Amino acid sequence: MPPMPQLSLSGVVPFNWYLILSVILFALGVAGFLFRRNIITVFMSIELMLNAVNLTFIAFSYKMGQNDGHIFSFFVMVVAAAEAAVGLAIILTVFKNRQTLEIDEVSSLNN
Amino acid sequence: MDVILFLLFAGVAVICAINLVLQTHPISSALSLVGVMGALALIYLQLGGEFIAMAQLIVYAGAVMVLFVFVIMLLNEGKERKMQRKLWVRWGGPPLLFVFVAIMATVVEHFLPPSEGVTFGAFTKGTAEAIGTKLFTVYLLPFEVTSVLILIAIVGAIVLARKEID
Amino acid sequence: MQLWLIPILPLAGFILNGVFGRKLSKAVINTIAVGSVLLSFLWVLKTLSALGAFSGGLEQTYKEQYFSWIQSGALNIGVDFAVDRLTAVWLMVVTGVGLLIHIYATGYMAHEGGYYRFFAYLNLFMFFMLVLVLGANFLLLFVGWEGVGLCSYLLIGFYFLEKFATDAGNKAFIVNRIGDFGFVLAIFLIGNHFKTLDFTTVMEQVKTMPIESSIGWMTAIGLLLLVGATGKSAQIPLYVWLPDAMAGPTPVSALIHAATMVTAGIYMIARSAQIYLHSSMALDLVAIIGIATAFVAATIGLCQTDIKKVFAYSTVSQLGYMFVGLGTGAFSAGVFPVMTHAFFKALLFLGAGSVIHALSGEQELSKMGGLRKKIPITFITLMCAGVAIAGVPPFSGFHSKDAILAAAYEHAPWMYWVGVFTAGMTAFYVFRALFLCFFGEYRGDLDTSHGHDAHGHDAHDAHGGHGHSGIHESPAVMWIPLAILALLSLGGGYIDIPKYLAPMFGDPHEGEAWLMYVSVASGLAGIGIAAWFYLLSPAVPEALARGFATPYRWLLNKYFVDEFYDSTVVNPMIDGSRVFLWKVADVRIIDGAVNGAGTVARATGSLLRLAQSGYIRNYAAWVVGGSILVIAYMGLRGSF
Repeated sequence: MPPMPQLSLSGVVPFNWYLILSVILFALGVAGFLFRRNIITVFMSIELMLNAVNLTFIAFSYKMGQNDGHIFSFFVMVVAAAEAAVGLAIILTVFKNRQTLEIDEVSSLNN
Repeated sequence: MDVILFLLFAGVAVICAINLVLQTHPISSALSLVGVMGALALIYLQLGGEFIAMAQLIVYAGAVMVLFVFVIMLLNEGKERKMQRKLWVRWGGPPLLFVFVAIMATVVEHFLPPSEGVTFGAFTKGTAEAIGTKLFTVYLLPFEVTSVLILIAIVGAIVLARKEID
Repeated sequence: MQLWLIPILPLAGFILNGVFGRKLSKAVINTIAVGSVLLSFLWVLKTLSALGAFSGGLEQTYKEQYFSWIQSGALNIGVDFAVDRLTAVWLMVVTGVGLLIHIYATGYMAHEGGYYRFFAYLNLFMFFMLVLVLGANFLLLFVGWEGVGLCSYLLIGFYFLEKFATDAGNKAFIVNRIGDFGFVLAIFLIGNHFKTLDFTTVMEQVKTMPIESSIGWMTAIGLLLLVGATGKSAQIPLYVWLPDAMAGPTPVSALIHAATMVTAGIYMIARSAQIYLHSSMALDLVAIIGIATAFVAATIGLCQTDIKKVFAYSTVSQLGYMFVGLGTGAFSAGVFPVMTHAFFKALLFLGAGSVIHALSGEQELSKMGGLRKKIPITFITLMCAGVAIAGVPPFSGFHSKDAILAAAYEHAPWMYWVGVFTAGMTAFYVFRALFLCFFGEYRGDLDTSHGHDAHGHDAHDAHGGHGHSGIHESPAVMWIPLAILALLSLGGGYIDIPKYLAPMFGDPHEGEAWLMYVSVASGLAGIGIAAWFYLLSPAVPEALARGFATPYRWLLNKYFVDEFYDSTVVNPMIDGSRVFLWKVADVRIIDGAVNGAGTVARATGSLLRLAQSGYIRNYAAWVVGGSILVIAYMGLRGSF
């Protein structure tokens, strides 16, 4: 492990910490995606993952001194919004047809 | 000062994320997600992304999450039922998660040698003007395409969610 | 000289009759069929006289090369026709006797169904036989060989609605095939050894080879050729198809199984004379097989009751004589009877056909008798054939048989004595048949004033009745060929074939005079005994049959050879095929492999589709797992 810059409560924030925060949030999003059974909660975990990725983009944008990362992040948010709209509409339809929001009940496309 | 702020907001974000995963009622999870987004917006601010921070608060936390909350309340399913999970899933899941995080952290540390840190105010190109210029010149095509995408999403959502005409 | 016209004319007849015959009238079919053979015969005459064959010329082979057929490395086989004196003999016999039989058949088959088909097949046979004798290399000979085998099968099974006829056709073809296997191996050996299949080239090379070093090869080739010859020319052990072949119409029996096809083996051995002269063992075997066949067939013929079967066994026996002639080194003596036998055997068969026609399908000797007043022309011509085959001088059979017996005595005196005894038996059984048929009282069922239809029995040719009244003489189109053949049988011996073939096979040897007297005496004795048994005291043969019951039963059942073959070869092969080849190899192995491939595919599919559980979380888990692997890989490698 390379030596870290001086770690004190009044210094600068080491850059890697942002990436590690992003990793933690992403892992929590994956955990929620795999272990929750309510469809809407699963969806929200996906949003959490997208946020984590946004953070990475902004962080690297800072590091490289360009604001292209901000643009990427902007587009990610736009697409996430569209996806949320359509996804929730689908969830509504599934609920109308199956009367349930359990993700395990929607498995008729099986072998 | 930056470190304190960062640790504060990062802690809020992580705690809210853990809460999202652990809560049983979806509305609690939704509110936790709002908390995560708010904390992240403040972190963006520290990184110099003013426009993005505001967009996050207004669009993401303010519109998308509101939509989520609407749908949760509309469906009104209530708490998740407790399910008998297999033993290895209950006891093996969190450790695997730690392992995953640890691997990623190692990779990150390995690939990115520590450079100068982050201070608030060091990044100046995150203003609305700067981003707007970029958006309408260099990234004009993606901008227009995403407009079409939003249109498609609107139409799709309307078609999917309308009532059947009996 | 356009030799190719000789076989092509009958082929054209086959194509015309075969394709259009259904719509043509009988007169047109006759014209095409007989006309093509007539034109071929005339062309043979023209070609042979132009080559000087009739006037002492044709000492060298005349060859025409048409095109190259197989060209592979050093092996170059062309489609070539060649004529030398040996070929000339066969050309005259095949086209001449063939022409007479075609004319006869237009009368005999007049009331049969499938008329055009019969003549189409007959023309096809002529084509293949002519290719066989005109071919200048072993491969063309083999093409003709196989072709005549095919036509024999088609014509034996001509009445294809009768099972015994189709069975006989199958038997002929399959037994011939066994012989052909030997022939093919011989061709391979020849091609391998001499790098060519051309007759003249091979024989030149053989002539110059020293005997001691080449005897192994020559013996092998000679023995394999002999296997082929025993199949086609009905010698021991492959003669069993010829008596059954009598299920075909009588003109077929006359043409194919008396005059032409069965002599193909003789032709082939005579053609390969040089090879046999270099291997005394193979040559001896030819003679031994010949004399054994002649003797055994004659003994079987003593007791047969079907007139065509008697003549069939007589054919086998006479072919045995020809093999003896070849096997003693006197090749020209072996070829001489080909011509005389063609005359009198064709006459015997056609005459038998005339009798059968007169009796509306009856073939059993026990149902004949006293016919000499009713069908006089048939009677006279058949008696001419009888004295010819019995070897009574000065008729044709005497000359040819004498040549063979003289050569046999030179070679091995025991063969001579067996041959003499067989000659006596030959005379006996032929005249037995003739006496039973034409003399005595009529023993049949037909009302002698007006007749009715008789149905054919099994193992007969199924020539049916035709509702004419009475036992009547055959029409002119049938008895004119009989008369011509009778004249040839009587006088044909004076065509001196051995001297004619001397440039090829050496001068014929003159035997001592007493050999001749003994064989003539044996023939006359045979006739006398037959007259005693069947004209004067009919009780004697019956008493003999009862007294020697077991030998009689053996002779009547042809030594149970067919039953023996059935139990040792045919049935094991059928059972083996069914049990092993069908049930195991085909059903279990091949079908198992093919079905197994399908089963494996289905099983793999069943296994793979377990991944499609329908649970979204499972799919997500797979995605996460895969991405972790990729990240780990990237991390370890340092880059992608």
